[in-house]
Amino acid sequence: MISIQNISKWYGTFQVLKNCSTEVAKGEVVVVCGPSGSGKSTLIKCVNALEPFQQGDVTVNGISVSDPKTDLPRLRSQIGMVFQHFELFPHMTVTENLTLAQIKVLGRSREEAGAKAHALLKRVGMEVHAEKFPGQLSGGQQQRVAIARGLAMDPIAMLFDEPTSALDPEMINEVLDVMVGLAHEGMTMMVVTHEMGFASKVANRVIFMDEGEIVEDAPTNDFFGKPRSERAQHFLSKILHH
Amino acid sequence: MKYNWNWLIFWEPAPDGVGVYLSWLISGLGWTVGTALAAWVIALVLGAAVGTLRTTPIRWAVRLGNMYVELFRNIPLLVQMFLWYFVLPELVPTTIGDAIKQLAPPWGSYWPAVLCLGFYTSARVAEQTRAGINSLPRGQSMAGTALGLTLPQTYRYVLLPMAFRIVLPPLTSEFMNIIKNSAVALTIGLVELTSRARAMQEFSFQVFEAFTAATVIYILLNIVVVILMRFVEKKVAVPGFIGSAGGPQAGH
Repeated sequence: MISIQNISKWYGTFQVLKNCSTEVAKGEVVVVCGPSGSGKSTLIKCVNALEPFQQGDVTVNGISVSDPKTDLPRLRSQIGMVFQHFELFPHMTVTENLTLAQIKVLGRSREEAGAKAHALLKRVGMEVHAEKFPGQLSGGQQQRVAIARGLAMDPIAMLFDEPTSALDPEMINEVLDVMVGLAHEGMTMMVVTHEMGFASKVANRVIFMDEGEIVEDAPTNDFFGKPRSERAQHFLSKILHH
Repeated sequence: MKYNWNWLIFWEPAPDGVGVYLSWLISGLGWTVGTALAAWVIALVLGAAVGTLRTTPIRWAVRLGNMYVELFRNIPLLVQMFLWYFVLPELVPTTIGDAIKQLAPPWGSYWPAVLCLGFYTSARVAEQTRAGINSLPRGQSMAGTALGLTLPQTYRYVLLPMAFRIVLPPLTSEFMNIIKNSAVALTIGLVELTSRARAMQEFSFQVFEAFTAATVIYILLNIVVVILMRFVEKKVAVPGFIGSAGGPQAGH
């Protein structure tokens, strides 16, 4: 479904992505991990063309994101994205956050969008907060709303960019629970995270990146059982034993 | 110093025979308000547009916006006033120039003053609009874009509503500035409040009374602006959102 083919990206002379390639099949959950600055966030932002890249291509359901003829807003509306800092719109209520793009991008009626928002808020356990503003919610609650906002567009895939790393520890699980539920329902997901418990529980594959390169791309059990590269071993030993 | 105080001067007939000195000042106040309000509309519309353009990824628009701001904020207001009043009519085709010069008073002074104050202040509003948009986390526009909103939609629904809330306090100052700066228009013959106070002083020799009155009227006028803008700020305040940076929208 998502096909990343030999993409490279530079900031000036600094190369942040080096010839990265991978595939994500429908229904697959792929975790991307690696030390900070390894390019993992940049990689998943290339999937919906939030970050431009200079070489290679990304296709989603066969549609190229770098083709100037591609209707990017339409393509992006089919891919949900969840950010590290939630990025809810602070001047809108929770419900308005969920209905804005449904109405403006998908052309749904206010009633239809509202019903969808209500159902999704119920699903992430936030229906009682529907009329609150983001500033009145905890981080974990905001992130659950952000996931619901992505789902409201009926996406074919979801991208998660470190969804729990800005959260207080006691709020991480409420967000991970929602993500595990999604994975079990067969949502196609690419998740940048350091939550190795989540990875081992639901990921089909783990991609390990370092210095802009995909160093390892292996089925989850293989990755945790016998990582081939020394860098991945080193990384795992660091984050699993602290 | 020998000075004959006369606070009743305001109720004495003015030399034009139409009313008393107080009615002069009130008429001046009317022109001050009329000039400032019209100029404020221009300043807000142009300033918001130029400030927004300067934050877009469209390079030529950014450059054009930068030039606009530098042009209007680097020339003294008084010089700009003279340029609009004396020079502009000579630069445009003769028929238009003549038409401008033949505008009946006070419109021949009023429109140049409005345009001058409007454009001058728009450069400052543009600076503030740009700062407001840039103060938003970069993730906000990314979130809008990722949902499939187009660039104009992202500005319209996501960035500008927050940016304007953030810059409301500095915009209040600009509104007050435009009222105070309108006094410069007396140099091109607009009979606004300061001009009326000066005329009153010249005819009655009561300089302290005349300018005390003008001072009090300007202060009251600006207090009204402050109260009005406070009301607007309260009206559009976002629950749970404190200020521009940090605050409970968290994590940055």
